Amino acid sequence: MSALLEVAGLDVHHGDLQALHGLELSVSAGETLAVIGANGAGKTTLLRAVAGSLPVSAGRVVLDGEPVEHLPAHQRVALGIALTPEGRRIFPSLDVEENLLVGAYRARRGPWDLASVYDLFPLVSDRRARSGAHLSGGEQQAVAIGRALMSNPRLLLLDEVSLGLAPVVVGEIYAALPRIVERGTTVLVVEQDLDQALGCADRVQCLLEGRTVLEGPAGSLSRDDVTAAYFGI
Amino acid sequence: MDWVGAVVQGILLGGQYALLACGLSLVFGVMRIVNLAHGVLAVAAAYVVLWLTVEVSLPLLLGVVVVVPLFAALGYALQRGLLNRALRQGELSPLLVSFGIGVVLTNLLQETFSADTRSIAIGDLGTAGVSVGPLTVGVFALVTCAAGVGVIAAVQLFLARTRTGRAMRATSDDPETAQLMGIDQRHLYGLATAIAVGTVALAGAFVGMSTQFSPTYGDLVLIFAFEAVIIGGLGSLWGTLWGGLVLGVAQTVGSQLDPAYGVLAGHVVFLLVLLVRPSGLMPRTVTA
Repeated sequence: MSALLEVAGLDVHHGDLQALHGLELSVSAGETLAVIGANGAGKTTLLRAVAGSLPVSAGRVVLDGEPVEHLPAHQRVALGIALTPEGRRIFPSLDVEENLLVGAYRARRGPWDLASVYDLFPLVSDRRARSGAHLSGGEQQAVAIGRALMSNPRLLLLDEVSLGLAPVVVGEIYAALPRIVERGTTVLVVEQDLDQALGCADRVQCLLEGRTVLEGPAGSLSRDDVTAAYFGI
Repeated sequence: MDWVGAVVQGILLGGQYALLACGLSLVFGVMRIVNLAHGVLAVAAAYVVLWLTVEVSLPLLLGVVVVVPLFAALGYALQRGLLNRALRQGELSPLLVSFGIGVVLTNLLQETFSADTRSIAIGDLGTAGVSVGPLTVGVFALVTCAAGVGVIAAVQLFLARTRTGRAMRATSDDPETAQLMGIDQRHLYGLATAIAVGTVALAGAFVGMSTQFSPTYGDLVLIFAFEAVIIGGLGSLWGTLWGGLVLGVAQTVGSQLDPAYGVLAGHVVFLLVLLVRPSGLMPRTVTA
């Protein structure tokens, strides 16, 4: 299998603080990788560096053989990287459908358009005329994922899908993930919720203080191993 | 009858103010930049139209048609070359940079065209009138007002309906997330300023045809445009239209009381709005 995303020796700093230390990560095409870890482990930083929202101090980010670490975020979208950011960041003065259309601003060719996103998330379809400022957390998350899909990404980066949402809603959103993967999108999900991460991913990589402490196929890791790595015990 | 006439004249004048203020409102709405060079740019456009019609002998209409895209391109270049850089330095920098552009441009106009007052000749159009009931209304004032309403409606439609307009509103909401949608904000900001400077060039041409202007006339233009934006509510184009109309009516009704009170009455209404409704008449309806 060829690696769709290859991250090598990645250093990222927030001011004086180093958030990632020579991080290595690889995601094969068609695979779903879950990056887990406690608060401050560097998960969100990793996604933002891959998407281009954060500058990297050293290292490489390679998408399908092409180095992208020097490209601004908007150019990485055109190459097929889409991020649903932490906090969802729905555009409040646009309605739901406009939010989705903005997601298609630099869309590549592919299976995702308004109709297929509405089909994936009937909830979003019902709310299409509602203002982005008046959505529940679950609705925001579904719109944010739909908005990212509108660009027809090769690599979809999902940041903290479950954060602040009711378990039922989290379940509904994760239920949509297989349908996204089967249409050819590779998913890199960052998650604090271990059960969701182990349930949805093919492979799990656990970060602690900006370094990888555990990595393996989701099925082969025992919960105790993961918990120990998660807390650095 | 005189009072009705004053109100009608005020509405027509207000259309011109709205046209002047449209770009100021757009640039603030999209980028949170207060462009202090806005008024001078209008006057510069008036000088270019004057030069094109007098020295190059272009027909007036053609001069106006040339000046709008010319200034739009200038606006794009200003944004990409200067203001985008300033934006990275924080909120105060663009304000200072635009102030600097205004000063330089004013002096450039004085060097080139001298400080004498000038006016763009429009012949019979300046005195033509049509009767509306008991009133006689200037054709040129009607054309100016129609241009103001038309331009604001067009820009509003552009923001509401087009792909680029949507991207502008998204960037206004959250520039960082907009980048994650594939939007290059430097280019988008350039387009916003291009529209703003293009529309203020049209406004400047109308100002040049309706009144005497000199290189420093831009200060007054900036104040009127600014008052229209604030009265209407920051970041709302329809609000800016209303703001322009309120300001225009306040000035003509004030003049009706006493010819010396016109401009003052406008300022008083502006201050009253700031006191009573600091967020303006129609705050934040579309452009965030």
